[in-house]
Amino acid sequence: MKKATAFITLGALGLTFSGSLMAADDYITLASTTSTENSGLFDAIIPTFTEETGIEVRVVAVGTGQAFEIGRRGDADSLLVHDTAGEEQFVADGYATERLNVMYNDFVIVGPSDDPAGISDSESVTDAMQRIAESASPFASRGDDSGTNRAELRLWEDAGVTPKGEWYRELGSGMGPTLNTAAGMDAYTFTDRATWVAFENPQDLTLLFEGDEALFNQYGSLLLSEERHPDLKHDLAAQWHEWLVSEEGQQAIADFEVDGQQLFFPNAE
Amino acid sequence: MPTSDNAFRTALALIMSMDSALLSIVILSLQVSLIAVFVASLLALPLGAALALWRFPGRNGVIIALNALMGLPPVVAGLCVYLLLSRAGPLGEWGLLFTPTAMVIAQVILVLPIIAALTRQQIEALHAEYAEQLNSLGLSRSRMIPTLLWDARFALMTVILAGFGRASAEVGAVMIVGGNIDGVTRVMTTSIVLETSKGNLPMALGLGIILLALVTMINAIAHIIGETAKRRLG
Repeated sequence: MKKATAFITLGALGLTFSGSLMAADDYITLASTTSTENSGLFDAIIPTFTEETGIEVRVVAVGTGQAFEIGRRGDADSLLVHDTAGEEQFVADGYATERLNVMYNDFVIVGPSDDPAGISDSESVTDAMQRIAESASPFASRGDDSGTNRAELRLWEDAGVTPKGEWYRELGSGMGPTLNTAAGMDAYTFTDRATWVAFENPQDLTLLFEGDEALFNQYGSLLLSEERHPDLKHDLAAQWHEWLVSEEGQQAIADFEVDGQQLFFPNAE
Repeated sequence: MPTSDNAFRTALALIMSMDSALLSIVILSLQVSLIAVFVASLLALPLGAALALWRFPGRNGVIIALNALMGLPPVVAGLCVYLLLSRAGPLGEWGLLFTPTAMVIAQVILVLPIIAALTRQQIEALHAEYAEQLNSLGLSRSRMIPTLLWDARFALMTVILAGFGRASAEVGAVMIVGGNIDGVTRVMTTSIVLETSKGNLPMALGLGIILLALVTMINAIAHIIGETAKRRLG
């Protein structure tokens, strides 16, 4: 009965495997943005939180638009995203009970080092964007309804430009893939500073415009509604939410650096 | 090509360092894909054989559907499983989203049609060859299934390996239902996507080389077992 033995062995193997796939219970699922994950922020701050509270934080890094959808469906216990207007709407719609400022950084415009649209001496970000549009220089847009994409679209509107035409390329991808593509086709692109600094394949791309107040990029933490999703781990999620804005949490965020550069600036009230 | 140069060096360095994070990613990748292929085979082998032996109305429709599902885009399979397992979905109470189990379910859906469709084809050919002998033995069709499957085992090994190839190579489904969570649902293919998005191309390619080496190893083991068995049994 060699066949039967083989079968039982395989079955037992399968059970062992699935047994080891069982998970511990003291964890929360956090839906957040690619910029926070890709820059390495979570690797730096989550261990501190876990040590203090014993709560593991499992990060699902997606665009802000998708993070909202995950939150609406009740598939994450907590959200850390960067679209203040969208976050306030999320609270107003009853999906979250509280939204807190956690930290900020800024957006920058990067592009080919010879700067064909001449944006490096622009007076403002809207001026820079007008120059890109007027010279019809290739511009790579996320086009994925992420927080960065939403911010970029608001700035085109402020600049009085309708971003349409062969020069404006909507990629429908995350920040990293968009930077890879922009580097490949010598295009300008709009990125958060954290992803840019941590990005390792810039090729000829270089930072061309920064420093306008309109480029402010605020991150907020959302406490999801217990009423709407009673099954979520609200107690654990609340500890995370409060830790982020606590002195220790804010200090951990401030201490995170890439190449000696601080990438996120804590600003909880 | 400096990138590919670095990639080989990165791959080598990764293997030499026996990095524990890498090791757990490799183990999880193998666990998820092997379990998915095992479960899919349990269902698909008898299903494919039954489809080869029985004639019933709508049979051609089922065969066409199975063949078509071999081309199911992983991301669509992932999306369906996501909607099923999401808290707002019908099986939300199980709390399986963003777990390795969800990844196994998605891969079973991807692998099952391949194994079933190719098994159907193999068994049908074999049955045509042996129909007279089997009939003269007076075997019922359901009794024929184990006999035919056993007889076709070497061909079916390749069929199962094709299924394993599909499972270990896909990224679209596991990314959506697993969420690429560090230390929990991060596998080889989702790591490659992540490293690419960080612009760390040598690391991404290095991981690709390791994945390819692993898949080659598993295929080699299967091949050697098959050859040895063939020689023993004559």
